[in-house]
Amino acid sequence: MQEAMIKRAKELLADGTVNRVIGWKKGEFFYDITPAVFETAEEIDADFVFDDFTSANVSKYLVKESKKEGKILAFLKPCDTYSFNQLIKEHRVVRENVYIIGVPGGPKLDIEKIKAKGITGVLGVKNENFTLKIDTLYGEETMPFYEAICGKCADCKSKKHVIYDELIGEDGDVLDSNRFDMVEKLENMTAQERFEFWREQLSKCIRCNACRNVCPACTCEKCVFDNPNSGVENKAASDSFEENMFHIIRAFHVAGRCTDCGECSRVCPQNIPLHLLNRKFIKDINALYGEYQAGADTTSRAPLNTYDTEDCEPSIVHERGVE
Amino acid sequence: MQRIGVFVCHCGTNIAATVDVKAVAEALGHEPGVVISQDYQYMCSESGQNLVKDAIKEHNLTGIVICSCSPRMHENTFRKAAASVGLNPYLVEIANIREQCSWIHKEIATATEKAIILGKAAVAKVHLNAPLTAGESPVVKRALVIGGGIAGIQTALDIAEAGFDVDIVEKEPTIGGKMAQIDKTFPTLDCAACILTPKMVECSQNEKIHIHSFSEVSDVKGFVGNFTVTIKKKARFVDETKCTGCGLCTEKCPMKKVPNEFNMGLDNRTAIYIPFAQAVPKVATIDPNHCMMLKTGKCGVCSKVCSVGAIDYKQQDQFIEEKYGAIVVATGFNPIKLDKYDEFAYNQCADVVTSLELERLMNAAGPNGGTLLRPSDKTHPHKIVFVQCVGSRCDDSKGKPYCSKICCMYTAKHAMLIREKYPDTEVYVFYIDVRTPGKNFDEFYRRAVEQYNVHYIKGMVGKVTPKSDGKIDVQASDLLSNEQLHIDADLVVLAAAIEPDKTARPLATMLTTQMDTNDFFTEAHPKLRPVESATAGIFLSGACQGPKDIPETVAQGSAAAAKAIGLLCKNSITCNPCVAHSDELMCNGCSSCEKVCPYGAITYIDKEFRMPDRTTAIRRVASVNPAVCQGCGACTVACPSGAMDLNGFSNSQIMAEVDAICK
Repeated sequence: MQEAMIKRAKELLADGTVNRVIGWKKGEFFYDITPAVFETAEEIDADFVFDDFTSANVSKYLVKESKKEGKILAFLKPCDTYSFNQLIKEHRVVRENVYIIGVPGGPKLDIEKIKAKGITGVLGVKNENFTLKIDTLYGEETMPFYEAICGKCADCKSKKHVIYDELIGEDGDVLDSNRFDMVEKLENMTAQERFEFWREQLSKCIRCNACRNVCPACTCEKCVFDNPNSGVENKAASDSFEENMFHIIRAFHVAGRCTDCGECSRVCPQNIPLHLLNRKFIKDINALYGEYQAGADTTSRAPLNTYDTEDCEPSIVHERGVE
Repeated sequence: MQRIGVFVCHCGTNIAATVDVKAVAEALGHEPGVVISQDYQYMCSESGQNLVKDAIKEHNLTGIVICSCSPRMHENTFRKAAASVGLNPYLVEIANIREQCSWIHKEIATATEKAIILGKAAVAKVHLNAPLTAGESPVVKRALVIGGGIAGIQTALDIAEAGFDVDIVEKEPTIGGKMAQIDKTFPTLDCAACILTPKMVECSQNEKIHIHSFSEVSDVKGFVGNFTVTIKKKARFVDETKCTGCGLCTEKCPMKKVPNEFNMGLDNRTAIYIPFAQAVPKVATIDPNHCMMLKTGKCGVCSKVCSVGAIDYKQQDQFIEEKYGAIVVATGFNPIKLDKYDEFAYNQCADVVTSLELERLMNAAGPNGGTLLRPSDKTHPHKIVFVQCVGSRCDDSKGKPYCSKICCMYTAKHAMLIREKYPDTEVYVFYIDVRTPGKNFDEFYRRAVEQYNVHYIKGMVGKVTPKSDGKIDVQASDLLSNEQLHIDADLVVLAAAIEPDKTARPLATMLTTQMDTNDFFTEAHPKLRPVESATAGIFLSGACQGPKDIPETVAQGSAAAAKAIGLLCKNSITCNPCVAHSDELMCNGCSSCEKVCPYGAITYIDKEFRMPDRTTAIRRVASVNPAVCQGCGACTVACPSGAMDLNGFSNSQIMAEVDAICK
């Protein structure tokens, strides 16, 4: 797959269709992968990767990249295409300046899950019949493949590319996902249990802002948390703001726009399951206003800023609040 | 430095009885920026206003807080007073310590504490108030009346009389409404059709009145003085401009078994029909649910017999858009469905009828040509039982909690008319109370009892059972003599409660007007503004606002017209300067605000910006048209970045209020 992508990227650079390519490159370790922009064939040959660890969503980078001179080639996985569509809908990207090649999605691997098994010095991985063969400094180790996959891939909602100019590989389908199971579990807790669950999770927050910075729905010119006039300005952890407000405000800000790409939880260094807050909103929106997938298209109206006479009455909130 | 004045009103004892006003004035006097804090018995009085004006001049105030009644009552009064001495009227804040405080609390200590908190919030807000200047917007000199019953007809006639164009939108094929179905009217017993139809004809002949029959309002945009309404003209498959109303098609139509809704389904009509002889407009309508041509493509008789070629089987629903300065709602009422009242056997027995069905049974244009016959076997009923309050004054979920108001009187009317025409008939009326307030109403009821010997029995009917011999067993209790009664009746008439028309609720949503829990439209003030809704430019006429008889409906129809005319007479109205604006440096151009704006006030422009890194970028930013914005604030909530803000109710002002309350 990586070879096919590199070949196509070089072709498009050579014929002038695009002048840049956004993809992924290796970091210090082979599993330390970050999104990167390539301008020449040489750079691509040297650094471009697409493997089990290229889980990062590159759509958000296109907010800035698509406003630069010339066209950029973007390799988007199915989940990334939802984010890109949503950004088109919010007029945050310039569609004409992006050439999209749809590439297959995961399941991608999570190095933290491998390390959690006590496996260190990882040099390479290989999936053989759903057993992960791991080459390490200390010899070969194995673990079940599905225990090593990324949280967001485990609950994958769709293998379908909702926007692309061309595809490499096959397009998939929207999946029958079990992504709301944990939300349901939380809903079934008592208010006190739920409060304790979130207190424990959110108190771990070190306010690195990674969740906000990675989120494709968080593209404001000026974030409310950085704006002294917003009334909720707070740039770093100094009190219990993170526990009480930060993540809740963020969830509200992206409600109805979050495509459930799962990047927030993937990047969280404290392993806070932030995606659950967003999923609760998605589940409620589906229940109250009918099934809605943000980013599935660029034209439909989002339920939270549409009003029609069939909408549920506000009293539903009260009724549901009663335990 | 702000110099703020606080003025605490006693409102006689309305506030002072439960709020220690002196303590409130004292406490607020210590708030930052407050230079004077006073209390007075009636702040809205001439001398109270002078006290405020003098203080503004003497202390050179930069903002004032009035702790008094709801801003709905006197905000304008104090804004004018401030303006008269040179203080911008938008530097006035009202702390509502009456409706939201003294009236709902009983203990002086808690009420006083709350009044102080409300006052502090207002002081915190007024610190951030900015002077605003109001603009003007023109008034479209045309009114819309929704509903063509007697209420809508009266309103339309009065508005037209004043010289303004007025459109009536009626969902049925003809105007006339419920009054057209009624036989006689209480308390004078004149024929309903004889007094209604001349008004219907007047509507059709008045060149200022335009009737959209068989039409519905499908969308409302805009605001007082400038509404844009989309009217859906439902396909009637007959060209209104060609049809002469000759009725030949209705005679020849082979589909003759369609229940006739005008006669409450007691007889049949054809698939192409004119509801009744005096219909306005007198134009045929094809019922697509029953027309063979429309259903199967086989028939076409009406098209063949129509000499003017008015039949058009391909007609589609049409949408027309029109601008109005004022809208009058006159959507009226319906009797409730009696499906849930098994005890009265309404669904089991044809001879148990509702009062409106009885009107048709007794009407000369009704199914029996005016002779009262039982629906089941077309024989004369000799014993008739009337049951009052079926679904009215109910505390269960089956019925309505309110009194339907008209039933006592129309039942007395029915009883009297039956005894007059058929003296051999015995008439029983079971009632909870007989309610007859109204001019000549009690005399009317007494005549029924005393002159016409109608048997009024206090008590409710427990069970109605149809018997095999065609009689109906009515089991009831007589509460005054404490007896159980069984009456072998021939006909049972149920006075069904009335409820607002089902189209009212979606309409209220479109008009952004309020309704009560029973779906009656809520008036702006129950006593002092009974025909205005709380939404400016929307007026209420007739039973859509509450149960009413004909004289009251007509009076309210005229009153609503007077209010609408008052608005249409103005060339322009003062705009609200409390409108939204967008901070372009923060705006993402995401379109969230545009999507929630009910007035279409927001557009986007591509604008060049110097960016912090000294580059230039073209960004898409929101732009608010202040003439169209109504200051609802929906955009400020939808905006993810907080770029949208509302003059007079800015995010920072609201947060300052919340902070002051929570401190």
